[in-house]
Formats: sequence, C-alpha cells, structure tokens
Amino acid sequence: MTGTIIEVEGLYHRFGDVAAVDGISFSVNEGEIFSFLGPNGAGKSTAINVLITLLRIQQGRATIAGHDVQRDPQQVRNSIGIVFQDVTLDRDMTCREILEFHGRLYRMPSAERKKRIDELLSLVQLDAKRDVRTKQLSGGMKRRLEIARGLMTRPKVLFLDEPTIGLDPQTRMRMWDYIKAVNDEGTTIFLTTHYMDEADHLSDRISIIDHGRIIATGTPYELKNTLGEDLIYLETTDLQRTRTILSGMSEVKELREKSRGIVAMLAGDGTKILPQIIENLAGGGIRVSVVNLKKPSMDDVFLHFTGRELRDEGAEKPATAVTRAGRR
Amino acid sequence: MNTGFLTVYWRDMLRFFRFKTLLISSLVQPALWMAFFGIAMSANFNRLTSEIPPIPGVPSVDYLTYMAAGVIAMTTLFTSLFGGIVLLFDKNWGLMREIFASPLPRNHIIFGIALSGMTKAFVQAVIIMVFGIFLGAAFFAGFTAAETIVSIVGILLFVGVFSLGFLFLSAAISISLESPEGLQGIITLLTMPIFFASNALYPIDAFPPVLQAISVVNPLSHLVNGIRYFAIGDNFQAIGIYYTATPLDIMLSFLLLITFALLMFAFAWWRFQKATVT
Repeated sequence: MTGTIIEVEGLYHRFGDVAAVDGISFSVNEGEIFSFLGPNGAGKSTAINVLITLLRIQQGRATIAGHDVQRDPQQVRNSIGIVFQDVTLDRDMTCREILEFHGRLYRMPSAERKKRIDELLSLVQLDAKRDVRTKQLSGGMKRRLEIARGLMTRPKVLFLDEPTIGLDPQTRMRMWDYIKAVNDEGTTIFLTTHYMDEADHLSDRISIIDHGRIIATGTPYELKNTLGEDLIYLETTDLQRTRTILSGMSEVKELREKSRGIVAMLAGDGTKILPQIIENLAGGGIRVSVVNLKKPSMDDVFLHFTGRELRDEGAEKPATAVTRAGRR
Repeated sequence: MNTGFLTVYWRDMLRFFRFKTLLISSLVQPALWMAFFGIAMSANFNRLTSEIPPIPGVPSVDYLTYMAAGVIAMTTLFTSLFGGIVLLFDKNWGLMREIFASPLPRNHIIFGIALSGMTKAFVQAVIIMVFGIFLGAAFFAGFTAAETIVSIVGILLFVGVFSLGFLFLSAAISISLESPEGLQGIITLLTMPIFFASNALYPIDAFPPVLQAISVVNPLSHLVNGIRYFAIGDNFQAIGIYYTATPLDIMLSFLLLITFALLMFAFAWWRFQKATVT
C-alpha cells in the first residue's frame, strides 16, 4: 500500500431534478479492495459511470491513478478496467474474439495481445471455451470472461459493478476467489454491491452509500464495531422497564426498539454481559422470554446507519429522491 | 496514425461473414431485383417504347441496361441506410459502453462502421454488375480492357462516396435513437422520396417541376448519373430519351456526393459527441 489511487472530492451528479450522487468524497488506497455498499438506486452506478468517464463530471473532482477524470479522460481510460453491471458480451463472438476486440480497442501490440489472451483464459479457466461463442456460456462463465476482459490491458484499477448479481451461491463464491486472486496480483479493486455478505467478505474497506451520500466508511471490522462488539436481542414481559434497566448499565452502548423486543448494543463481550443482564432484569421482576446474542453483521450496520433494512429495498422510489433533491 | 477504426471494421466484418443468412440474403437480394423487377419491367418498357422512333446516330441501350445502374444505386442506398443499425443494437445491449469507455476516439466508431458498410456496398455493386451482364445488360459495351477497368474504378468511387454519406447519416440516427422500430420508420420515410424522386428506374424529364427540383439535389440521381456515365457512356439513348454527359457534369455530380458525405459526417460527429451511453 503506497498511497491513494482514486481520490474523489465533492462529487455531485444530477439527472434533471434528481440528485443521483449528492456530494460524495472518498479515496481508495493502492492495492486494496474498496466497496460501495448500498441499495439499488443509491447512486452507486452513477458514481461508477462518472469515474469510468461514461458520464461527464457535473460538479466535483476525481482523479484516478494520478489522472484527472475531467481533464484527462483518455489517460484515465488507459488506467482502468471495467466489468459492467449487466452482461456486455457480443453473443456471436467467441471468447477469444471478445478479448481480441478489447485488446485492439486499447491498441495493444499484437504479440502482447495473444500472450495476454492465453494468460487470462487460463486464469479464469475458460481455455476450453476459447472458440465458443459467448451465447453458449453459462452465467458464471460470462462473468469470468468479462473479468478477464477487464484485466486485458493490465489496468491499475478494476471497476466491478455488482459483479455477482444474479449468480448462484457456488458461482458467487468462486467469483470472490477470482476477485481476490486478481487483487493479490496487485490490481486495486473498486466494487459496488448491494450484497452485505459480499462487501463483508471481500472488502478491505467499505463505504455505505444511500440516497447519493456516503454515510459511513471503514473496514468491515470498524463498521461493525461502531455498533459495539456484540448485539443482544431480548423479548421480555415489560419492555418499558427493561429499557430503563438496560440503559442504566455501563456495558450497554445503545438501545434500539424492535416491534416485539429490544436490541442492546454492547461495549464488551456479550457472552459475559448477558448473564448479568438477565440477573438485573430478574431483580426488577422482569422475565425474559426470548434472547439472542450475535456478533453484528453488515445488515445491522446498514440498518444502524440508514434506519432501514437493505433487503426489503425494492427499486428506489423516484418520489423520495425528488423530495430529497427539493429539500436541499 | 491511429488505426482504431479498423478494430470496429474488423468486428463488423466478422459479424457480416458469421451470419450466413445475413451474408447470403444481402448478396442474393440485389440479384433478385435484377432477375424479377429488371426482366419484368424491361419487357414492358421495351414494348411501350418500341413505337418511339430512335434518334439517328445515337447508340441505343435497352431498359435492362438502363435500370441496372439504378439497381446498383438503389441497393447501395438501402444497404448504407441500414448500415448504422448495428450501433443501435450495440447501444441497447450495452456493448457500446465498452467502446465508449475505451480510449478509442468516437469518430473512429463512425469511420469503422462506414468503412464496413462501404465494403458491403462494393461487394453488392460488383455482384449486380456481374449478374446484370449475365442477364444481358450491355455494360461496358465496346470498351477496351483498360477502359473497362477505369469504368469499374469510377463506378466504385461513386458508390463509395455515396455510401459513406448515407452510412454517416445512418450512424447519426442510430446513435440518437432508442428503438430499432424508430430507426426503421425514419429510414422508410427517407427512402421513399430519395428513391422515387430520382432517375434510378425511369427518366426524370416528365416529372412535375417540384419532383424535378428534388431530383436535381438528390444524391441518388447523381450516383446514377455517375454509374451510367461509366457503365454505358456519355452519349446514348434509352426509353426514347437522349442522354449526354460531359466530364464536367460528372465531376459536379461527384463533388455533390462528396459535399453530401462531408455534411453527413459533420452531423454524425455532432451526434456522437452528444451521445451518452450508460
């Protein structure tokens, strides 16, 4: 890790009245895997499209590998590889031709192109599919071919927009292995995802993004720790008094009401604090009917920062975004 | 020199030869025009004009020869107007993102597509010439070998510049639109006046003034002038009309086609600068 490779400052992007990206600043360190985690419609793809020069910068500044995205898009294009959100493969070209076309687009010399195609096809284990048209590939193979294409020009940064969307669990795990392998070879990876487990499993650092803003940034460990070390969920005979008792305990950092119970975020090891809590409650005449102790997950982190669960998020309602834009 | 446009050309040619139905239909279609429309109309026109006394001292060509030049022009027009449609598909299927995010300058996309469209137009023009001569069109009659070669080069020059103009137009429309149906509609709207207000299949002498005026600025008419000049000659009669052309006339027609191509390139360039693909 020798410094930052992506720097973004005060980036805004509007479509008409809708602020898709609403003032974000962040930086990505060289060699890390950095994730944008957020629901559909949070502005992840818009941000990525600005960084990969498909959308013009409206306001703000961004540099990638030392090149200004606005002033020097050509150099930026030469420094990055991209795997787009949905499959962008010509159905009627073979795997080799897809890579060949890409190498030519970036003006790679012919000998280097050939060598690179061989290397990459074996990296993503598609040697056998070399002369097969992409329409005959499975979803996972297509994605692997796209990753190979993104790496064709030995980019400094590889952008992955929702890399495992629509893939089955086994294929997702394998994709994660490929992404890690690519990262181990020194390529910085910028990925967007709305899968908690993906961000958690892959990333060195995560920015949680919602409504076009970054609401928290950190390592998965740091983010989870902002909630306290452990979480305890309780259902009791008297929630009102449970709350009073728990808020009096120094080990309890924060309390959050659920529909039928209460979640306590703890400052220490839950396995040791839980018996004490039950004891205190019993002392106050309250009986605990349900208890659950867990380490915080990215879902809890997301819920904590945005006040809503990610998974019940459908498509972002345009109306909310408009109201937000109007309020600014 | 940046040869990036060759990459776009390479891919489009790859697809052209890969889709056997596309390849064969685009080669057979102009031949069918000659075989059916040509022979049928030729029989009619020859009967209708058999009463007209020929102009003495001017070589006479039959209708098949006359319209073969028109069929080359027409085929070039259709092929070129549809030549940009691949850009619309690339855009709709997300493939254009790869190209737009690459270092390839955007005008190279226009050049590459135009070059591949032009290649297809050349192949079709040659097929029609060969097939036309086989059916009895009196192309290059009485020409020496050297004259024939010069004439073929002349025809291909006209076909090339003309096709570039309409390929640029097609690219400009394709990159601006969202739906193939819209493109289809616009192309149909364009082809009708261009095709029928021209001298491709019949003389324009009897047109009402408005149609004649359209025909005079119609690039298709100028392409046909050029093809007839090179394939038949500068002095002949057909369907009772006397045709002459000086080298200056032909130069002017060629200049008009070049101007048209340049204008259409400017239009396409502007549309490509404006285009956003995400």
